[in-house]
Formats: sequence, C-alpha cells, structure tokens
Amino acid sequence: MKLVSRHIPKELEDEQVSLLPEDPEDMWHAYNLIVPGDLVHAHAVRKVVNINPGTGVPNAERVHTNLVIRVKSTFFDPAVASLRISGVVAAENEHVAMGAHHTLDIEVNRSFTIIKPDGWDSVAKNALAEALSDDKNGAMAAVVMQEGLANICLITQFRTVVKTRVESVVPKKRDTAADQDAGMRKFFEKTLSSLLRAADFSESRPLLLASPGFVAQDFKDYIAKQGRDKSDKVLTAVAKQATVVHANSGHVHSLNEVLKSPEVLAKMRNMKYAKEAQYIDSFFELLKLDDGRAWYGTKAVEKAVADGAVGPGSGVLLINNSLFRSEDLATRKKYVALVDKVMRDGGDARILSSDHESGQRLKMLGDIAAILNYPMHDLDEDEEAEAAEQTPPRRDEDDQVDMLDDVI
Amino acid sequence: MAPQDYDDDDFVDQYDEDLGEEEDELSPEDKIAMQKGTEEVRKALGEEASKVTVAQIQEALWHYYYDIDKSVAYLTRTFIAPPPKPAPKAAQKPAPKKAPEGKNGALSFFASGASFKPRIPPNFFDDMPWLNIPRDRETTFIEPPRLCGGLLGGTGSAPKVSKLQALAAMRKRKIEEKKAQENPDSLEGEVTKLALSDANQENTGTKSKIQRRNSSTDSSPPQEQPQKQGQNIPTASTDNSLGERVTLPTATESKTDHIIPQAPKPVMSRSHAPSAFAQALFESDSEADQRHRRDVFAMPYTQSSLFVASVFSEPSPDDIVLAARAKATPKTPKKSQKNEETSKDGALAGGVANLKVTDSPPPKSKGIDVIKEFEQSASKKHASFVVVGHVDAGKSTLMGRLLLELKLVQERTVDKYRRQAEKMGKTSFALAWVFDQRSEERDRGVTIDIATNHFETDSTNFTILDAPGHRDFVPNMIAGASQADFAVLVIDASTGAYEKGLKGQTKEHVLLLRSLGVQRIVVAVNKLEAVGWSQERFQEISEEISGFLTGLGFQEKSIKFIPISGLNGDNIVKRSEDEACSWYTGPTLIEGLEASVPSTVRSLQKPFRMAISEIFRSQQGTTTLAGRIDSGTIQVGDALLVQPSGESAHVRSIMLDTETRDWAVAGQNVSIGLAGIDPVHVKVGDIVCHTKDPINVGDTFTMKAMAFAHLMPMPVDLHRGRLHAAGQIQSIAALLDKATGEVIKKKPKVVQPGSVARVLIKLDTKVPLEAGQRVVIRTGGETIAAGLLE
Repeated sequence: MKLVSRHIPKELEDEQVSLLPEDPEDMWHAYNLIVPGDLVHAHAVRKVVNINPGTGVPNAERVHTNLVIRVKSTFFDPAVASLRISGVVAAENEHVAMGAHHTLDIEVNRSFTIIKPDGWDSVAKNALAEALSDDKNGAMAAVVMQEGLANICLITQFRTVVKTRVESVVPKKRDTAADQDAGMRKFFEKTLSSLLRAADFSESRPLLLASPGFVAQDFKDYIAKQGRDKSDKVLTAVAKQATVVHANSGHVHSLNEVLKSPEVLAKMRNMKYAKEAQYIDSFFELLKLDDGRAWYGTKAVEKAVADGAVGPGSGVLLINNSLFRSEDLATRKKYVALVDKVMRDGGDARILSSDHESGQRLKMLGDIAAILNYPMHDLDEDEEAEAAEQTPPRRDEDDQVDMLDDVI
Repeated sequence: MAPQDYDDDDFVDQYDEDLGEEEDELSPEDKIAMQKGTEEVRKALGEEASKVTVAQIQEALWHYYYDIDKSVAYLTRTFIAPPPKPAPKAAQKPAPKKAPEGKNGALSFFASGASFKPRIPPNFFDDMPWLNIPRDRETTFIEPPRLCGGLLGGTGSAPKVSKLQALAAMRKRKIEEKKAQENPDSLEGEVTKLALSDANQENTGTKSKIQRRNSSTDSSPPQEQPQKQGQNIPTASTDNSLGERVTLPTATESKTDHIIPQAPKPVMSRSHAPSAFAQALFESDSEADQRHRRDVFAMPYTQSSLFVASVFSEPSPDDIVLAARAKATPKTPKKSQKNEETSKDGALAGGVANLKVTDSPPPKSKGIDVIKEFEQSASKKHASFVVVGHVDAGKSTLMGRLLLELKLVQERTVDKYRRQAEKMGKTSFALAWVFDQRSEERDRGVTIDIATNHFETDSTNFTILDAPGHRDFVPNMIAGASQADFAVLVIDASTGAYEKGLKGQTKEHVLLLRSLGVQRIVVAVNKLEAVGWSQERFQEISEEISGFLTGLGFQEKSIKFIPISGLNGDNIVKRSEDEACSWYTGPTLIEGLEASVPSTVRSLQKPFRMAISEIFRSQQGTTTLAGRIDSGTIQVGDALLVQPSGESAHVRSIMLDTETRDWAVAGQNVSIGLAGIDPVHVKVGDIVCHTKDPINVGDTFTMKAMAFAHLMPMPVDLHRGRLHAAGQIQSIAALLDKATGEVIKKKPKVVQPGSVARVLIKLDTKVPLEAGQRVVIRTGGETIAAGLLE
C-alpha cells in the first residue's frame, strides 16, 4: 500500500489519508482501516437514470465519478480479497444526490481517501503503519493434509486464507493394495492441481506440507516424480522448496502447530504469524496452570486492566483486530482505550490478526485475553467459583474410575 | 380369528356335499390308478400309514394326479405332522362323500357329469413346470383371463378356445346371468355369499386386494374355478374378467362359485406356487420359499412373502402385527399381508400406497422378522476384537501368526512375504504383511490403517481388527476400537520397549478402550522369548499393567494375561514347547479369546444404525459398505438413508464375514451391498439408518466429558468410529461432580484433567450424531477428553 497524500487541516481533527492499494493483500489492510462512520472518497461507477425532458423517456447511463460516502458497513471476501464498502453519499455531485446509498468497490491500483471524523486512534494508526510497511514477503503456501483430505492455504503476513479443500475417497484396506495406491494417486493428483491453481509458483515461494503419518512426505515425492516425468521445472522447484512438517490432523486448525514447529520457525521466525502463535501458546500454557494469571473474556480482562495488572514485565494483552472493526463506535473506543491503558502501564498489547489460526483460537476465547503480572481471582462474576478452582491438577486415579463409570 | 370359529360351517358342508356327486363316478382307469397309488402311498408312508385313512390317501392322490411323492408329502404335512389347525382337514375330508343338493348355481357347470372334480385341489400348482408352461396357465395372469377348453394339468383333450371365442362366450353368459339374477335362488346365493365373506374377512381382504391391484394372479382359487368349468363346457366358460368379478352385480352366479371353493378352506388355499412368469417377475423361487409360502394367496406384490398358516395358532396375531408394524419396514410384504389378515383395511391401503412409492423396483424384501430369526438361529457367536498396543509391539505379526496357525493363511503366502521382506531387509515383518497390505505400510513397516480379518473356532466366529500403534494413526485405532466387543492388548516385554510403550500408546490406547466402552481385555505379553521366557518379567509386567487397568476401572476378572511369542508362535494356538516357558500353564491366546467373548445384550429393538468404516466397490460395481451395526436390525430390501448426505438406497445384499445372509443384527460386522446410490454420496464415517427412523445431523452438541487434559475453548477434533470432524469447544457450561453429576461450578474458565464437565462442542460441518453416543475429543495428537453426548 502506498501513501498518496496525508493532509492535516489545522483546525479540524479529521486528517485525510489517501492510499493506493497495490496488491490484494492491501485490501485486507483497507478492511481493517475503514470502519463504520468513516468518510471514504473513492472512484465509483454508478448507474444514473436521466429523463429526457422533451420526450420523457428515461435513459440509463453508467457514469464514472468520484463519491464520498459515510460508511455504514464493510464486507470483505477473504478468498478473492475484494472489499466492498456501503454507505450513504456524503457529498453531492451532478450525478448523485446527497443521502443516496452507494456501495463502493475498492480496487487495486485506484487510490481512495479515508477521513475519520472521530480522529485516528492508536489502533488505527498502528494499522495504518502496518499497512504502509513495505514488507513484501510472498505469501507462503501450505497444504495441511491427511489421507483423503487436504486443505490448501495461503499464509501471508497478516492472514491465512483457506483456498481450497480437497476431499477424495481413498479406498481402505479391504480393497487390494493396488486399489489403495490408485486411490492415493488420484487424491494427490487432485491436490496438486488444486494447489497449482490456488498459488502461483512461477516465482519461488515457500511451501509447507503438513500431515500426520507419511502423507505429506508421499505428496512431496509425488510432486517431485511428476516434475521428473513431465520434465516440468516448476514442479521440480516446488518439490525442492517444500518443507514437510508433522501435523496431527489434516484439518485447518492443525496449521497452528505447523506454524510453531521448529522447521517453520527456523525459516520464518520474523513473520508476524509465527510470533502470534507463540503469544497464544504461552497464554494457553498459563491458563492450564489456572493460577489466576491468565484470563480471557472481555469483562475479566477489563477488570484486570483497570486494576493495572497488565503492566510492565510479563503483562500481555492479546486482542483480535476484529474487535476494532466493530460497527459500534463506543465498543471500538472501549477496546482502543484498553490497548492504550496497557501501553501506558508498560504492558505489551498485541493485536492479533483474526484471520490467522492463532487469531481463530483467540476468537474462541472471546477475542480478548490477558496475561497478568500477578494472580487475580474472582475476575469472573460467578461467586460459587472458588470451590472448583481448587481442583488438584494431578489426576486422581480413583476419582477417575468413578467418573468413567458414570460417564461411560 | 381361528378357522374353527366360522359360523357358516353348515354352508361349507352343504357345498361339500354338492361336490361329492361326481366323486363316485370315477372312470375305471382312474380306479385302477387309484388303487395302485393307494398301495404305494401306504408303502411310502410306512408306519405312519396308520394315521391316514384310505379316503385321505385317495383324495390326495386324486389331487396330485397320482403323483405318489407329492401325495405322500401332502399327507405327511397335513395329517401326520399337521400344522396346528384342523380346519382344512375337516373341509377336505367330507367333500367326496356327501351327496349334492343341487341348489347351487355352480352345479350347472358340472351338469355334463364330468369325471373331473370341480374343486381346486390343494397344491394344485405344485406340478407347475418351470418352463414351457401350458398356455392356459399363463393366461390367468392376463386380464381378462383367457379361458381354455383344455383340461388343466394336461390330462384333457378338449379343444382350446381362442381368446376371441372366449370373450364372445363370456358376453353371452353375462346376459344369461343377468336374466338369472331375477331368480330368487341366486339371490339367496348372494346373501349366503355375503355372510360368508363377512365371516371370511381374510378372503374378502384378499379379494379386495386383488381388485385394488386390478390384476389377477394365477394361483388364487377364484380364478381357477371358472377355468375348470370351462373345460367341460367350452361355450359356457365365459367367466369374465377377474378384476371386475367381485364388483359386478350381475355376476352373481359366478361370484358364488368363486367364493364357495374357498369356504371349506378358511385358511386359504395351500401351496399354489406362482407361475414361472410370476416368479420371473417378482422373485426367483426356491424350495425353501415354497415351503413357507404354501398358504398364501399369491398376490403380485406379496408373491415373495412367507405368510405361514400357523400364524393362527399363535396366541395373538394382533400382537405380532403390532410388533411387526413397530419394527419392520413398511415395505415388507409380510407386514402388509399380516395387516390384511387381521382385516385392517386401512392399513392395507396404506401398505398398498407404500408399495407404489418407489418408481424403480428396489431389491425385494423378504419381510423377515429379523429379531425372531436371530433368536431362533442357533448359529455361532460372533465377536470382534481390536488388537491394540504401542507401535512395534508386534500386533500385526501376532495376528499374522494366529491366522497362519489356524491355516487361514497358507505357509507359502507367508514364505512369499518373507522373501519379499528379505529384499527390503525386513525379514521379521513377513507375518505382519498378512495384515499390512498397503505398499506404504510395507515400505515403512508400520500399520497405518485398520485391517479386518475373520477366523472361527469351534464356538465362535471372530473378526480381527488390527489397529495401528503409531500415535499419528490413533484416529484409525479409535475406528477399530469402536467396532470391537473386546480387545487384545499387545505388550512388548523386551527390556526398554515395555517401559517406552507404557508411556506411549499403551496408555492412550487403554484409555481410549475404556472411553469407548470396551470392557474386556486380553493382555498378550509378547516377545517374551527375547527375555528368555523370564517368569519374573512376566509377573512384573502383569502386576503393573493389571494395576493400571484396574485403576482405570477395568474389572480384574475381565483381564487375562498370556505370555506369548508372536514371531515364533508360542502359546498362540499351540502351547509353547520351549522348556523355559514350562512354568506357564494357563490358557493359550486362542483359548483366552474364546473365554473373553462377552455375552452382551445387543440393542436389537432400537432403530437401525451403522457407522460406515469402509466403502468399496464389488466386482459387479455395487457400492458396498462395511461396518459394525451399532443397533437395530437390517434385511435385504430395506430402504436406507445415508447421513449426512441424506441420500437413500436399498439393501441389495448382506454379507456376514464371508457368507451371504438375508439379515443382520446389531453387533455384527457386515458388508452391505447397496442399490440405487451414487458412491459419491457415501463417505467413511457416515451413518446408515432406515429411511423410516433416520438419524439427525447437527453441528452443535452438548457433551458430558471426562477430561484427560486441560479443556478450554479451543479447536478440537471429534472422533466417533471413523467419523473424524474438526470443531471447537465453544463453551464450558458447567463443571460437574464426578460421582453425582451435580453442577459444581458454572462456566468454568478451564477444566482440569481428571474432572468432568459439560461442554458445548461446535463442529465445522454437520455430522450424524445423537444423544447417548460415545465420542472422543482430541487435539494436537492427544486424547484430551471422552464422554457421552447429551
């Protein structure tokens, strides 16, 4: 994303920022920058109906124009990276009346301008800085697979996109071994063609193959063999680039463990997602201890932050960026205030991308979590809580018997 | 309705008297043949002959046209070992003796004094040839029936009439009948008939069914009667279309005719087998079926069914019907027939409507009462066991050895494997290759997927499920364990390997077995030859494992320890001949297996459910599913639904182990051949159920979970048999008390290992699951919880 211009009027707070998106990834940044309530000025195509004053015949025409709209809602399609912003027209021109509704398509290589009437808060400023950072690492392709199932994902700095899901019935053992091998080959064939469609491998691009067992290794061998057989240099290069990683299942959420595996970390230590995966992991570790230092959920975290427990040292606030896309201004402000407070206290505020696997895990915790400097209890409202919290972490065999008999 | 209760017995007698008239007029040839036949039959019957009167024998001979074998069979069936109902006997016996009254219209047709007995003899169609059926018999299927001048059964020499002639004659006769209607006599006849039909509900039911279907069948008496009349008076053989007969008010006389023959046989005619045409149309017939079928009015759609006359001897047919209705599929003809017999016209109509639903004819159901069959069948016990244990404990090798010793695998096959394995430098894997058939598995020397195999001992049919031990393939092991009745835990006794296994999959597998409800375990302490058959080692392992198992809630009496050597075959089928092992006197593995077969109560009454564990295409291109029936029963012809795709199919064939069966019940591992479904709609892990009682699909489930690790809102994999679905723990509703199940704490943040919680699971896809099923929750390659769906 390129910054086209930045205009700061003296008397007003509404700073104008003009941006030029350069690739689909920028759409995602734009999606994070533009929130309901903002004014967006961009190129628009609109159908205008003119009535011929002489004959009274309506005449529809598609007009290219520039429009300013006050954003009501945004829609982002992650698979094709298209961003649509709908709202009401805020500045009249000869074609469109004020107050008319319009939906803008933000396009690559057409600049747009954002005006935030409420000013740019710290989170928005961060997002802008992130968007402008000229860190162009090609997206990494990853195939998480198991027998008969493959998820083809593109992992970029800021998000993970599941491009295709390949499912194929691989015969089980009852059939002769030949059938089984044929089934596997068919599955690989399907996966490879989907992979080549999903990601462009003409430039070298890292590829992760993850699976339980030997499926990933076999797939890599298969690609190499295909490259040899067809003397296809691209395929040979793909096979060479591919890193085989162990995963425990072929479902997308296994990507989380893939991303923190030593093989991946060695290669892309500095990638944002690798760090995010580490944060969320350390949070889960603390949560397992259940010693009152790890909390999740808005209310609990709010209390902790208000108490100053997320402070210098080990205090970390983990928050999903989806919270800042809230349509409700007050909510948005509340979370921004939380982040600011943690920063002021000297804690670490990490905004996770909700489009990564780690963000997905955080989302399950209610989009927000915190690691406190010191243990706090009673952050959740339930008064009856304490008794259960004393459950010894060590498993008592006898108890388990009772329960197994009960449960089973 | 017991046949004896008929209140029109007098009428029956009356009629029988009518018929007797011609009986005495046997031609001389007949008399000679009769005499000869009687002697022969008596000879054939031997001692039993005293139980039968000469009249009965002659009667039988007459009906069977002096076919000795058939007569003997008939007599044996009817008089010597009769089905518990005297009515048919009573009805048939008096017939030849009594004098006619000549009142009935039917008589007019026999005026010419034919030497032919007008009644349809029982088993009349038993002599029906398979091929080259006489035209006269075929015609009865066509409407209106073509009546012929020739004698039925091929004895006659009377000329046949053409179709057109018959039609013309029929019209003529109709007019005559119309005239005759004014005659009070015939009116009376009708009244009688009405009374009769009231009493004989079943007959009318049958008739109405015939009407409904508007097609005639060859074997029901009403249609034969006119034909025989026609033999003698070709011009008078004008009985018209069968379908209309009952409804036509004009056809009084003929109507009376048709019903009367039935009257003496309140339980319908016997053994009128369908014609070859009918058989070809509806079902290939077999001896066995005929035996069952003999009391059935063959109706087009019930041809294949097996209504047994003895139904009436059972305490309460209504109960049976109700039970059958609750259980059987609506399409089984048996049921519809039963309905009809209990004169439930509404149900009958429903049955007919049901029959018309499918456009393409599905595989024919035999309408078996599966539960009854199952209870009666004194077949061997069926049991399946899963072989679990840490990777490289020797599970596959042990099972390979077992099959080899039982001669289910040939020595030369194993030799071949051994040579191949040698080439790859893995000689010791040769036995495992019996199970590890995939090239991947052989290359790597690791079982990846479950292998299924069968063997039988004198008392039991066993299904082996050889599970992989590697941690990556635990999902496959879960699939195997959920199909098993009990388990064989293989433990590597060699130094170091045992300790490693205990920490590894030995523990996880046992935990999973417990969670999946497997109660009995045979612990095979393997590779003892590597430690010189040390008794101390065996003891040490037994004690430790025993403590661990009982700690998990396995009962001590359901655990057995057997020292074995899978590689050499000691104590597997044969006792070890090694001196060092002489201290062991307990059972061999195979004895241990037999002793472990649980006598579980199978849930037969519940709706049919089967989780698909394998899908393959048979040689004929049929989609075939394999799996274990979780509950309920199934039979050939049943309509099934595959969930979650919601596609329906019909059962074409059922294979139990290696034999074809007509039905299967819960607990059996079967292969089901399906008709009418595209294989793309069927996935491993799907559930098959009856169309009538389908399983619901959903993506959100509450479950009472026993936590083995920390539970918090996080991504998880849910396993149930082969079903493997990704999802998340959406929320933790409550922490429960382990003993009482009461809520200790609402909405806990995290569940500690060893505690029990009610959690809400949300899956990414919709899957067929229902309350009461056991599921396993895993994440990151570890089993973190197991429990019941609520």
